[in-house]
Amino acid sequence: MTATDIHRAIEAVWRIESARLIAGLARIVRDVGVAEELAQDALVAALEQWPESGVPRNPGAWLMAAGKNRAIDHLRRNKRIERKHEEIGIELEARQMAVPEVEAALDDPVGDDLLRLVFTACHPVLPPEARVALTLRMLGGLTTGEIARAFLVTESTVAQRIVRAKRTLAEKQVPFEVPRGEELAARLTSVIEVIYLIFNEGYAATAGDDWMRPGLCDDALRLGRILAELAPQEPEVHGLVAMMELQASRGRARVGPKGEPVLLYEQNRSLWDQLLIRRGLAALDRAYKLGEAQDGDVGPYVLQASIAACHARARTPEQTDWRRIAMLYRELVRLQPSPVVELNRAVAVGMAFGPAAGLELVDALSAANALENYHLLPSVRADFLMKLGRMDEARLELERAVSLAQNGREKALLVERVQKCAASTS
Amino acid sequence: MRFMMLMMPKGYEDAKPGTMPDPKAVGAMMAYNEQLQKAGVLLALDGLHPPSMGVRVSFQGGQPNVLDGPFPEAKEVVGGYWMIQVKSREEAIEWATRCPGSDNETIELRQVMEFSDFPPDVKEAASAFPEMQEKTGQST
Repeated sequence: MTATDIHRAIEAVWRIESARLIAGLARIVRDVGVAEELAQDALVAALEQWPESGVPRNPGAWLMAAGKNRAIDHLRRNKRIERKHEEIGIELEARQMAVPEVEAALDDPVGDDLLRLVFTACHPVLPPEARVALTLRMLGGLTTGEIARAFLVTESTVAQRIVRAKRTLAEKQVPFEVPRGEELAARLTSVIEVIYLIFNEGYAATAGDDWMRPGLCDDALRLGRILAELAPQEPEVHGLVAMMELQASRGRARVGPKGEPVLLYEQNRSLWDQLLIRRGLAALDRAYKLGEAQDGDVGPYVLQASIAACHARARTPEQTDWRRIAMLYRELVRLQPSPVVELNRAVAVGMAFGPAAGLELVDALSAANALENYHLLPSVRADFLMKLGRMDEARLELERAVSLAQNGREKALLVERVQKCAASTS
Repeated sequence: MRFMMLMMPKGYEDAKPGTMPDPKAVGAMMAYNEQLQKAGVLLALDGLHPPSMGVRVSFQGGQPNVLDGPFPEAKEVVGGYWMIQVKSREEAIEWATRCPGSDNETIELRQVMEFSDFPPDVKEAASAFPEMQEKTGQST
């Protein structure tokens, strides 16, 4: 194997092992920031030694052993500092674990470490973008550079976010634990949101020249599937996974040969990924069964997955059950009132009950000054106006949408629609 | 990227119909499958009955010919597969090396072709699908 081969092999091992490694070390040092640094140190040791010695037979165990040694050193060092502080009369909270106990903790096959790591990385004490960065880094095994590329920010911005996040977790003394009772539900919502945010940024990039970043969708999907294994009893987790599998199934149909976006109604459905559709529908089924067995309530992610399932089940666009979709959106608006959801509902209502009904809902949104700078509002309004034959108004709306769109590909698509609209009136 | 991990057990090429794997080996394999699943990389998996229960259809001279298994010339046959989704070829290899395979088992890794792998001419060929479907009444 060449040095590059070894390097790539180490990267692969890191991808598979890093989350468990960080989680295991965090259980010892009780600080995910420190644990992450110790894990990085172990990785550096691997990068130094493996090109000489070859990749060990059990690379995960090797990394864990290297990390563990560093963790023990770290605790000893801290103990010394504590003793010094005690000597000079500063009171410090006693360290919970002595070194022999650390060894015992490591042999204890508690499977909750990863789950603790998820909950800590997605702690509400952190701003959302920090949660996203930390989750991708600690659970997804992504490098700072990879995260920066995915979110079109500089590497130093990501690095800063991560450093600041780790400091915040330490300062606020966020415990490395799975919350219980009511706290659990609230925190799980944050975890789901973070994974959803990652997926969405990959699925419909808010800025830049690519309409999709499939790599980021894959990362989110993998994180979602991991979460479903960690919290198998939570309907909303399966709802999230179902929604992501179903949305991702349309990935290759959503982008045309020149990288341009292809909207749902125009997609070539034979390009939809049937394996992902099957997985999505199965996850949705699981979510409903769990929901029924519990309180019977349907959460927002299960609703969104149900909407995606309506599309997935329609073999042709005409077979789409828009009435059901409109009904599901009404439920979603009730659970999570938001102008964006309301706008989606308007689209569904327009498809189910005609453009006039849809336009009425969109006009209500405009009147409320909601989504003033959101390009899809004028774009959807234009669509209804065109169907109603009000071409001049439609063109003005489309021009407004062009001026608001941030994504280069979307802008181009809208410009094309303006031209079509203008051509139909002249 | 997606990989198919094809498990090829030696001896399976002429295994008797109804041959079943050893429960102990299956236990170890299930633990491995669980690892794949917990890591969020497993998309699908299946085991296959031996080729002695299978059929081959060949097309000598454009003429379909049906042949019942076992197939005398077969040296290596597929006994089962996993479909995994990973970030790199190396990650797929790393997963394959973790399989609790026995002396007579070999895993072949094959990357699944994706739309983005196609050269422009193949992509273009695929882009003609909607029109074709329209003509067959399966309009999109």
